[in-house]
Amino acid sequence: MKTFKAYQRANGDIGIRNHLLIIPTVICSNQVCNRIVQMVPDAVAIPHQHGCSQIGADKDRTFEVLAGTGKNPNVGAVIIISLGCEVVDPIALAEEIRKTGKPVEVFDIQTVGGSVKAIQYGIELAKRMKADLDRQERVDVPLSKLKVGVKCGGSDATSGLASNPALGVAADRLIDDGGTIVIGETTEIIGAEHVLAERCVTPEIKERLYYIVDRFEKEVDRMGADMRGGNPSPGNIAGGLSTIEEKSLGCISKCGTSPIRGVIEYAEDIPETGLYFMDSPGNDIECVSGMAAGGAHIVCFTTGRGTPTGAAVIPVIKITGNGKMFAHMEDNMDVDVSQILSGTMSIEASGDAIWKEIQEVAEGKLTKAEILGHQEFSINRIGPSL
Amino acid sequence: MAGDIQAGADALVVDSKDHVATALRDLNEGETAAIRRGEELIEIKLLDAVAFGHKIAIAEIPNGTEVRKYGEVIGRSTVVIEAGRHVHVHNIEGIRGRGDQAVKEAQA
Repeated sequence: MKTFKAYQRANGDIGIRNHLLIIPTVICSNQVCNRIVQMVPDAVAIPHQHGCSQIGADKDRTFEVLAGTGKNPNVGAVIIISLGCEVVDPIALAEEIRKTGKPVEVFDIQTVGGSVKAIQYGIELAKRMKADLDRQERVDVPLSKLKVGVKCGGSDATSGLASNPALGVAADRLIDDGGTIVIGETTEIIGAEHVLAERCVTPEIKERLYYIVDRFEKEVDRMGADMRGGNPSPGNIAGGLSTIEEKSLGCISKCGTSPIRGVIEYAEDIPETGLYFMDSPGNDIECVSGMAAGGAHIVCFTTGRGTPTGAAVIPVIKITGNGKMFAHMEDNMDVDVSQILSGTMSIEASGDAIWKEIQEVAEGKLTKAEILGHQEFSINRIGPSL
Repeated sequence: MAGDIQAGADALVVDSKDHVATALRDLNEGETAAIRRGEELIEIKLLDAVAFGHKIAIAEIPNGTEVRKYGEVIGRSTVVIEAGRHVHVHNIEGIRGRGDQAVKEAQA
């Protein structure tokens, strides 16, 4: 059995980072959370725009993403900071995250007595919890426990020809070792869904895949607009991608060649072993945040145009097939596979280089996004503000 | 989908069913591009400048044709596209995600 060094969690999960996460239940708590992380090095906050004036499935989605991010195995301990009157229930959120066995503290600004007292209280709590986390050490864990998301953003024509097929090779390697891959971006399989549908392991999963694409396309119809210009974006078009179909057909190779074992909801727990499809928007940050909330340890992110994207609780490995862009934006890029296009390196060998990078990042090597402090986080919204 | 690329080509055809090649460097109007298509290397004189990553018609594409890349349909031509032309948003359109056409159909 192949192993690597990671943090063993009480519930059997493994973490490849050991973050102290500070969660605001509502936008009103953002500033208190931000002040606390300024005073506690390496603590991470996930400020967001949500948590109040929401109902139904939209409110539930915010709760699920906050809970999922707290439950992500890269998070060792959590502080939840509430205002005290919002719709996201901070106690229910704490209880949900505590199911993992990790320490969770919760308080609200109205009870503590305003921002200054909340910041002071939060800093003291965070320093104590962080000290406990810092005493934990990595141990040998099975490589098969690793869950990796695959995503592309800021795509150009090199994505479909080089970086996505190379990432697909790495995805196949992880699944060969018993691990898990999740692909998302329902928008960006429009025009290519028939190719993925043939790989679904049951007729029900195939039907579900067609259903989520159809549901999305109907939303576009309802908006009365041509997707082109929104997706493919102006940058995609400048990079040579003419239609959503062309973009989609270039996208899907990033998940490799394994059978699709399930279609899961946005932010839903990613099952163990094999390839899964998460119903998510193509939007980079919403998609990556959904994968993190589903329990992904890492996201591998291909780009041709170049993007700094990181994520709050998981490393994001940036991969490009565009050699000019790599040289131009090297501080944001982790792996250059542009030699595929010059014909000097095979897709297979490039995929192996990505697979090696995944394993090194899993054992603690920092990605460029982590070094630069990119901790983007956003929650997909499915209802109006009240 | 995409396969390994041999050195020495200016553009690449991904699949034998494709109408287009992808430029592997910035190509000038009037130059003759060496295009890799499977085992063969075909030469096409370019009628437009074609930037790195953009597409070239490798044979004449009639108006209204379902245009293929990766062996799959990426859109439909909106004019006759001659071999050697730049193929992009000005001469092909998407078929999917067309809420604009759904509105037109509803009004008709």
